[in-house]
Amino acid sequence: MSEQAHAVHAHAAPTGFIRKYIFSLDHKMIGLQYYFLALVAVFVGMFLSLLMRIHLVWPEASLPWFGHIKPEQYLTLLTMHGTIMVFFVLTTAPQSGFGNYFLPIQIGAPDMAFPTLNMLSFWTTFVSFMVMLAAFFVEGGAPLSGWTNYAPLSAIPSAGPGQGLGEDLWIISIALFSVASLMGALNFITTTLDLRARGMSLFRMPLTCWAWFVTAMLGLLAFGVLLAGGILLLLDRNLGTSFFVPGGLNINGNLSFPPGGLNPGGHPITHTGGSPLLWQHLFWFFGHPEVYIAILPGMGVASQLLSTFSRKPIFGYKAMVYAILAIGILGFLVWGHHMFMSGMSPYSAFAFSVMTMAIGVPSAIKTFNWLGTIWGGRVRFHTPMLFAIGFVSLFVSGGLSGPFLAQPVLDIPLHDTYFVVGHFHLIMGVAAIFGIFAATYYWFPKMFGRMMNETLGRIHFFVTLLGTYAVFMPMHYLGMAGHPRRYSQLTELNFLQPLMPLQKFMSIAAFITIAVQFVFVINLFWSMKKGKKAEINPWEATTLEWTVPSPPPHDNFGGVTPVVNHGPYEYSVPGAAKDYTMQTDPATVAAH
Amino acid sequence: MWTDFPLFPARAANFADKVDPLYFFLVAVTVFFSVGIFLTITVFAIKYRRSVHPQAEQIKGSLAVEATWTIIPLGIALFIFVWGAAVYYSYGAPPKNALRVYGTAKQWMWKFQHADGQREINELHVPVGQDVAVTLISQDVIHSFFVPAFRAKMDVLPNRYRTVWFRPTRTGTYHLFCAEYCGTAHSGMIGWVVVMEPADYEVWLAAGGEGSLASSGEKLFRHFGCISCHRADKGARGPDLAGLYGREVHFQDGSTRIADENYLRESILAPKAKIVAGWQPIMPVFQGQVNEEQMLELIAYIKSLNQNPLNVNPNAPVPDEEQRKRNPQVEPQVIRP
Repeated sequence: MSEQAHAVHAHAAPTGFIRKYIFSLDHKMIGLQYYFLALVAVFVGMFLSLLMRIHLVWPEASLPWFGHIKPEQYLTLLTMHGTIMVFFVLTTAPQSGFGNYFLPIQIGAPDMAFPTLNMLSFWTTFVSFMVMLAAFFVEGGAPLSGWTNYAPLSAIPSAGPGQGLGEDLWIISIALFSVASLMGALNFITTTLDLRARGMSLFRMPLTCWAWFVTAMLGLLAFGVLLAGGILLLLDRNLGTSFFVPGGLNINGNLSFPPGGLNPGGHPITHTGGSPLLWQHLFWFFGHPEVYIAILPGMGVASQLLSTFSRKPIFGYKAMVYAILAIGILGFLVWGHHMFMSGMSPYSAFAFSVMTMAIGVPSAIKTFNWLGTIWGGRVRFHTPMLFAIGFVSLFVSGGLSGPFLAQPVLDIPLHDTYFVVGHFHLIMGVAAIFGIFAATYYWFPKMFGRMMNETLGRIHFFVTLLGTYAVFMPMHYLGMAGHPRRYSQLTELNFLQPLMPLQKFMSIAAFITIAVQFVFVINLFWSMKKGKKAEINPWEATTLEWTVPSPPPHDNFGGVTPVVNHGPYEYSVPGAAKDYTMQTDPATVAAH
Repeated sequence: MWTDFPLFPARAANFADKVDPLYFFLVAVTVFFSVGIFLTITVFAIKYRRSVHPQAEQIKGSLAVEATWTIIPLGIALFIFVWGAAVYYSYGAPPKNALRVYGTAKQWMWKFQHADGQREINELHVPVGQDVAVTLISQDVIHSFFVPAFRAKMDVLPNRYRTVWFRPTRTGTYHLFCAEYCGTAHSGMIGWVVVMEPADYEVWLAAGGEGSLASSGEKLFRHFGCISCHRADKGARGPDLAGLYGREVHFQDGSTRIADENYLRESILAPKAKIVAGWQPIMPVFQGQVNEEQMLELIAYIKSLNQNPLNVNPNAPVPDEEQRKRNPQVEPQVIRP
């Protein structure tokens, strides 16, 4: 906040390769490191989904190198696809990647509040990712207990292949990831509260900053619980505690005593009295806010872009801020809607149900305010804008299936069917990914000083939008027909035969959608080297990152603290010389 | 049955007729809003594109408009919630006179036991038009009992009995799925629910069975030596079990609870968890000795004592030393803490 605090950060740029590109303290480099980690992860996750789609419809297919995919390998793919996508893509890119790069610049700070902690949190995430990938290569392979990792399936090493060392590595990786996320969250919150430039009041922050700020608070409260759950699960698995394992389980004809296991007193280890539902509570207390951790930054980006490309102020700025806060708070009160079938009292179910329905209200406010932002605008359809509109479309179509699942009575036919798979892929997966794409196309000129190719961008947008709808909309229908999820051998089940043509259609749509992602990667790397040179402010936007060179220098503002005189979305102000008023423009401009 | 493209599961039990209208209402709301929003986006995109609308209007928001689109979704959300809650509430507890079926789930199989002794695997026969309550427990991981045509689903937990109920309204054969992911052969844990005319059901029931659940339970009661302590005479070293089921039990620490199936199960597996007032904690632990199917039989027997308390014959022979040596599993092992 004070100039003194800023001066502390005004250090010289490092010159050595290692300090500049590897163990960098610069939030921009760390943001890029997170982004490229997520890029690697998304291709790993996508490759796993490709194998899954092949196995589901052509289980006999023999693939080069991989051979024939066995049913239990499908379950491993399913577990690792979900885990890698949720943690290392959806949590990493929108928040840690873009948030790291642009939060300090947008609020006028030279860096994050704790640069060393920032570096530590990236490298902890990196180690976590390596540990997760290592699970593929240990004896028994990667775990198959699903990304939700329900006990006792996850707690008993003999419950399946991959449930030995692979599962331990999974838990360790997630625990490390939680620690990294806690460090990151602390940094984001402190930076937002303490390092804003003069004039950058909270209600002059761009909605992206609000989204990153609320997301960080969700992370701070949620990841601690996941970390605790992971440690308890490790203890249950390796030291014979019984947090999640009830007594007397009989798995594969063996009682759930670890073979020859002795506790430190020399007595045989006996599980007794644990509660499998405790894991579900801990997991979903994290897991539901996690959905918002993935999607809120995308909402911030969509708001930013719809305003910029419509050349109009965001419709109802304060309502948008309160809606983000409401979604964040309510997000912590609804975890039980994942457990309607687990045996809760109907009264608890009603409480969770009404809270979940309530989230529909701020979500509706956001959606309608986005429409209100385009209304009467002067709309430019560049690729970032297309992806922002795509985000709104996916948020609506993925969000509207939420009220179904919020009803305990409709959860009876729909819980654990493909309906749920379709729902969360649209809202949490693809919508958040569209937020990442929108942010990439929008900020690429700032990050690399060059423009991305518009033609390739448009091809990427239209094929991806149609492709993802073709993959995930039919899943709702499969679920309504009663198709359970996480079934590995569809071709052997009579009931599912009539649905197989649809499954094949979805697989083919998935192959096309995956293929077109290479257009994106080619565009990304080609444009870095060969793209058209970008001006400082190619989109004629108002926020602070467009006042500094592309890419921004070390310390962002060259040691000068910017002074903010305007709100974030002053477009087409009547009487102004140009149709956008930068946040740093003199206060008098608007008065003319 | 599913020869054609299945659009929607069959409606074969009482709850389906209540659930489906809400279901279709939500589909209508969803279609209305998605089509409305997509059309609005398209119209705005055409009408306000830069080439035809060169000057953006200065609209920062409108309290009236925002209040409208806050209140209307809130009203719709609450309406849906109240409707859904009312239907869910009507599921309620199983009716008292429901036909009781017991079952255990394991990787990767459903086993059902009828009160008369019929046992079946991956198939469940029930009569049409009669309330049926299925009490289930898992012997390993969490499973979920899912019959789409009945709109019935319930997670089956390894440490607790849970009961799902329905009244089939149409005869036929319907899918039974495991809906909670339970390991490698999860997709193989499927079966059929066969809904029969009551007369056919009686014929089916009579066709097999090795004696009722309670009578199998009585054999186990002797086999495990329970009878040597739990008896009505002066030699008893544990409480008399006649009339226990459904009664309030007082414990040493002053607490009480109703003796339901979960209590009976816990008291057999881990007797020291709750000590009945006035008795010594001498009962051995049966965890690992009694499997879940035997447990259901023992509980059925204990419940039957409510109607027929003299079923316990204190003079009946208890297993002697010879017999215990031949069947070492009979002797419960005391596991040190």
